[in-house]
Amino acid sequence: MTAADTPAIAVKDLSVVFGQGREAFQAVRGVSFQVREGETYGLVGESGSGKSTVLRAITGLAPVTGGRMEIFGQPLGHDRDAAFCRTVQMVFQDPYASLHPRRTIDATLSEPLIIHGIGDRQERAERVLKALADVGLGPEFRFRYPHQLSGGQRQRVAIARALMLEPKIVLLDEPTSALDVSIQAEVLNLLKRLKDEHGLTYVLVSHNLAVIAHMCERLAVMQHGRFVEEMTVEQLRAGTPREEYTRNLLDAARGYDREKAARFAAMEALEEE
Amino acid sequence: MTKKGNDRSVPPVPEEAPSGAGGLRAWLESDAPTSAFQARCVRAWLTWLKFSSNPLAVTGLLIIVALVLVAVFAPLLMTHDPLAQNLSDRLLPPGEKGHLLGTDGLGRDIYSRVIAGSRITLYIVGLVTITAPLFGLLVGTVSGYFGGWVDIVLMRITDIILAFPKLILALAFVAALGPGIGNAILAIAITSWPPYARIARAETLTVRNADYIMASRLQGASDARIVLAHIVPMCVSSVIVRVTLDMAGIILTAAGLGFLGLGAQPPTPEWGAMIAEGRKFLLDQWWVATMPGIAIFLVSLGFNLLGDGLRDALDPRSGQA
Repeated sequence: MTAADTPAIAVKDLSVVFGQGREAFQAVRGVSFQVREGETYGLVGESGSGKSTVLRAITGLAPVTGGRMEIFGQPLGHDRDAAFCRTVQMVFQDPYASLHPRRTIDATLSEPLIIHGIGDRQERAERVLKALADVGLGPEFRFRYPHQLSGGQRQRVAIARALMLEPKIVLLDEPTSALDVSIQAEVLNLLKRLKDEHGLTYVLVSHNLAVIAHMCERLAVMQHGRFVEEMTVEQLRAGTPREEYTRNLLDAARGYDREKAARFAAMEALEEE
Repeated sequence: MTKKGNDRSVPPVPEEAPSGAGGLRAWLESDAPTSAFQARCVRAWLTWLKFSSNPLAVTGLLIIVALVLVAVFAPLLMTHDPLAQNLSDRLLPPGEKGHLLGTDGLGRDIYSRVIAGSRITLYIVGLVTITAPLFGLLVGTVSGYFGGWVDIVLMRITDIILAFPKLILALAFVAALGPGIGNAILAIAITSWPPYARIARAETLTVRNADYIMASRLQGASDARIVLAHIVPMCVSSVIVRVTLDMAGIILTAAGLGFLGLGAQPPTPEWGAMIAEGRKFLLDQWWVATMPGIAIFLVSLGFNLLGDGLRDALDPRSGQA
């Protein structure tokens, strides 16, 4: 494999178990996938299917119990080092919980620079202003506190923070699910623009198939911690999934009806057995 | 403030703080601070507005401010030497021979002694506040953040200290270290940190898994940075509130130690020791013990009212502050 072919992210047989003994819960069971550089890879699934846990496992925030993960060919050990932080960053789901309520936007954005010893005071100030401008926020936001911002503005700040260290890979954990519909499109388009400008690789987790279809080139459908199937966005748009579960998921996304819901529930019951 | 467009239209705030009172107010209420300093001032101002809308809290603050002023200007306010004895003028009732609050069993002016006592009270309160809560905060946040055996060891030590009655433990410490105001302060500090550690630990447990902590860990922040820069600020306000509410108890413990003869030693005009001396004359010369008692009562009340007001103003769960 040449350097150009090295996948940005390679995950093999990943499993994550929370808790121990009788209370152990296996959130992810033997998941494998590869993400090419510059790609947007989607993870879809219902609540509790383990899609967010995959992201947290990559960032070292979830207890990995098995499998291998590589970032640009570099295997990930137990601890994440400074180089990892400068390559991989994450945007969290809830912008109301991901910004420190007692720190100004300026403090939040300049912290990664201070930690990694980048620039002096002047340079950091410039980079904070540039990062704010990048996500469409004016300089007047710099010294505000999160409570003075709307949800969409907070998520823009969270995105700016993820980009402060100029990472190559950004993991997006349902970045729009906590936002109003009108703001969702704004944030998604912002993410698309930033990807082109910074040459980023995204892994996007969402339960919203429309969001995935809008953003991703390839996607994987997850259920009960396993991959049900991997498909391209063309297959998704054409509505030609291989698996029954995916078809039901697609049906469900088109709108609610009693018959579909019953079929879905019946399938769930079958799974349980 | 839900639409981005609205915020954009805020006029730019001048770089320098304007001098006029109206200008200062606008600067303090600015929606778009231009420096970290201004952002902090705006926040302090909002907290103050919330605090000052509570008349009881302001009363408490006024009492404490009065205590500080009295302590600072004690030499100017005293009419007599608080240590000078005059046996021919002993146990004079209030108002007689220029003694505003009367004299005690050795003919010392009670008014001057109460004034001089304010310095000692403030000294005790000040030293205890900068030692016990800091130590408790550190123990609590470290214990809550790291968990595991660190948590177990630190919390069991906390439990052990907490299991002793406070005054008795302080008595034991003073008895071992020898009587005196310095040792009394030390004993009070040693016995009063565990509740702060408990509070700080509880707060830490609620924030340690928050997304913003995860985010800064993902940015490569060290454990020390996360504890000191991210977790401690979240715990400080509840600890401050608790400290203010405990202040009355600290004053009473100090007075109690003084009363038992283990705190300030005679002839130091410490309020608790003064009550102890006045006890002998309580029925016939009530003023000797009552005047320092009123002083203790007022200061304790002041701290309690202040603490109540601070709790409302600093409540970390109210979202605004």
